[in-house]
Amino acid sequence: MSSLIGYYSLIFGVGISILVIFFSIKNFNDTQNLDTKIISLVFLQLLFVIISFSGLILSFVNSDFSNETVFNHSHTTKPLFYKISGTWGNHEGSLLLWLLVLTLFIFVFLLKSKNQPNQYRILTLLFQQIIILGFFIFLIQTSNPFNHIFPVPKEGLGLNPILQDPALAIHPPILYLGYVGTSIIFSSALAAVCSNNITKIWASHIKKWVLVSWIFLTLGILLGSIWAYYELGWGGFWFWDPVENVSLMPWFALTTLLHCVLVLEKKLILTSWVVVLSIATFTLSMCGTFLVRSGILNSVHTFANDPERGLYILIFLFILIFLSLFIFLIFHKSENNNTKTFYLLSKETSILVNNWFMMYFLSVVLIGTIYPIFLEVISFQKISVGPPFFNKLILPFLIPFMLAMAIGPKLKWIKSDVEDKTYLILFFIVSLILSILIIRNLDINFLYNTILITAAFYLFFITLRDFFHAKYRNLSQILAHFSFSILILSILFNNIFSSEVITNLKINETYQDQNLKINFESIKQENKQNFKAIKGKFTVEDQSGSIEVMQPELRIYNQPNIVTSEADIKTNIFTDKFMTMNYVQNQDYFNIRYQVKPFMIWIWISTILLCFSGTLSFIRKKYES
Amino acid sequence: MKAKIFPIFLIITFSIIFYIFYKGLQNSNIYTPEIKSEIKIPNFEAKEFFSKDNVNSDQIFIGSEYYLLNIWASWCIPCKEEHKYLMNLSKKENIKIIGQNYKDNFVNAKNFLTKLDNPYDLIFSDNDGTIAIEWGAYGVPESFLIKNNQIIKKIIGPLNEKLFSEIKELIQ
Repeated sequence: MSSLIGYYSLIFGVGISILVIFFSIKNFNDTQNLDTKIISLVFLQLLFVIISFSGLILSFVNSDFSNETVFNHSHTTKPLFYKISGTWGNHEGSLLLWLLVLTLFIFVFLLKSKNQPNQYRILTLLFQQIIILGFFIFLIQTSNPFNHIFPVPKEGLGLNPILQDPALAIHPPILYLGYVGTSIIFSSALAAVCSNNITKIWASHIKKWVLVSWIFLTLGILLGSIWAYYELGWGGFWFWDPVENVSLMPWFALTTLLHCVLVLEKKLILTSWVVVLSIATFTLSMCGTFLVRSGILNSVHTFANDPERGLYILIFLFILIFLSLFIFLIFHKSENNNTKTFYLLSKETSILVNNWFMMYFLSVVLIGTIYPIFLEVISFQKISVGPPFFNKLILPFLIPFMLAMAIGPKLKWIKSDVEDKTYLILFFIVSLILSILIIRNLDINFLYNTILITAAFYLFFITLRDFFHAKYRNLSQILAHFSFSILILSILFNNIFSSEVITNLKINETYQDQNLKINFESIKQENKQNFKAIKGKFTVEDQSGSIEVMQPELRIYNQPNIVTSEADIKTNIFTDKFMTMNYVQNQDYFNIRYQVKPFMIWIWISTILLCFSGTLSFIRKKYES
Repeated sequence: MKAKIFPIFLIITFSIIFYIFYKGLQNSNIYTPEIKSEIKIPNFEAKEFFSKDNVNSDQIFIGSEYYLLNIWASWCIPCKEEHKYLMNLSKKENIKIIGQNYKDNFVNAKNFLTKLDNPYDLIFSDNDGTIAIEWGAYGVPESFLIKNNQIIKKIIGPLNEKLFSEIKELIQ
């Protein structure tokens, strides 16, 4: 029943989409109706999508297996929380969620943009409705979440156990808020170009949307990363997997856009940058959806692969790309009044430097992700691009990037001299000495690592000083750059100081080397609601003699029948101790993996701080007094 | 003129990207690793079973003769089943049988050989199972037919009548 309601709500949604497009074109010059008639239509559309989505949730909660999506991804023994999160844990449901956020955002946009010219608003609505309509058709045509099966199966196939995790349950919705937020930026930028509305007021209005998308995208990536760390049991948080890269690319574009919009708001320059980046951000999000959902990529993330879906998104994506290209090339007038006022030492220049670095990082990730596809089509060779490629191409460029990040914000608009040169130099020397002291005794490339860590420390100290320095009171910027420096520092230290032991142990056996002693104490079995848990108990004694009890776990899920390995992670502010246990077939021993990962928690904390700085900027009425 | 080249260039670029993605969609993305039929044997050092002298893999597999490497253990029941085939093969002139004693107790293994007879021209011990990993073995018993330092056939599990005649044909 709820499936039926859900399905018809979708059909009504499409109808309204067409109506809205019709009315927006018809009333294009007479915009009186916008805030009365059209906005209520948009609200109605949102309502239908909410009903449809609730219908799907209800089918999941009631385990209504006459619905194909529920049958494929749910099971009666699953906890209620995962029944609900199962709604968007699959292709069909996640697209419906995408649609929900799309309609929600355009409604909020219409409410919040009343001080903008009506023509611009109606154009934004028009572009947004084209995207919404595209997704409606995609959903109904190729991935209907409400397909009926008859005869009704008694039991569902179950949700993939590694997806049964709290972080992953909220990861897709948060990430989607970020992705879909970029659609508003896209539509609004195109509308602003068409109606010639690129002004400082527009910039400060669109800045809010950029910030919202940026915060959610950052949070979404963070949650995915946390999930990978805790659930996959590989002991890492970022693997340069295509699906991760696909979320990172819009993030680069969005971060660059954020900086450009701040300049635009102040100076009305860099308009081309803003428009192109607005288009790029959404196109990259869509491109990500295409790459992930079409199955064109090989990835650890397994999604339902269907070439028909891939083809649809591909065509839709390129229609949007060509539409935006067309609009940009026809309507956009590049600014030529302010170009002469660029000085070498000014805030604009440092933002431009930031842009080019970001574009470089973006290109590296883009090439690393799609080059294998190109090569395979052209020369039938199969290659895979792994972490070494990205690390080698990105890490060295972080050095000048971070130095620019430290000094850039101190410069004034237009033209300035660097003030307080002494402390800038002093801090550099301090950072250099500190890094040398840290790297000196380690068996790694001395020069390269020292410079890298110096740059990170430099950014750290400079931003730290800025907190207490009265002259620079742009708190969100300082906090953002500060947390970025912590993020990079903790990633670097995490890489340099991590250690790992892999060994096979039987019960009561002990592994020993000069640094630590691992003793396999005991094992016990527990029966849980939808899995059986085998818990190992280990004691780990390190050099200083302190003993830690680790209890990694193996989970044998019944529906579907999959064994997952739950890491036991002991976290404190300095270091994470991480242990996984794996069953080896036909043997009486277990494969044990023990890792010590310093500063792990700071990677999470700094990213949360980064999101917080974005929120701070969102709340503050005015950027920079 | 310059103003027109840029849009045309962009459109062509994106059209090419579209075409390549379109083509890429039709390719299967299921990757099957190539299985080479002949793989070089691993290089390892082990202790001779009886004398406990060190032997190197290139001292064992010499020249263009046929070798059958058999991974066995006294605790392995299927090894007893395949024993008669090994005995049969050991009577043939043109093949040498090399035993790899896998994670075994020396006394039990010796008893096994005295009771059932010894088909092996040479046995080396693999007490911790690391050499078996080098071979890429899945378990016990497992046999590898080797010629010119190349693995030409890999047999997982015990030998049987069919596999036995296959080997006989191959070495003719």
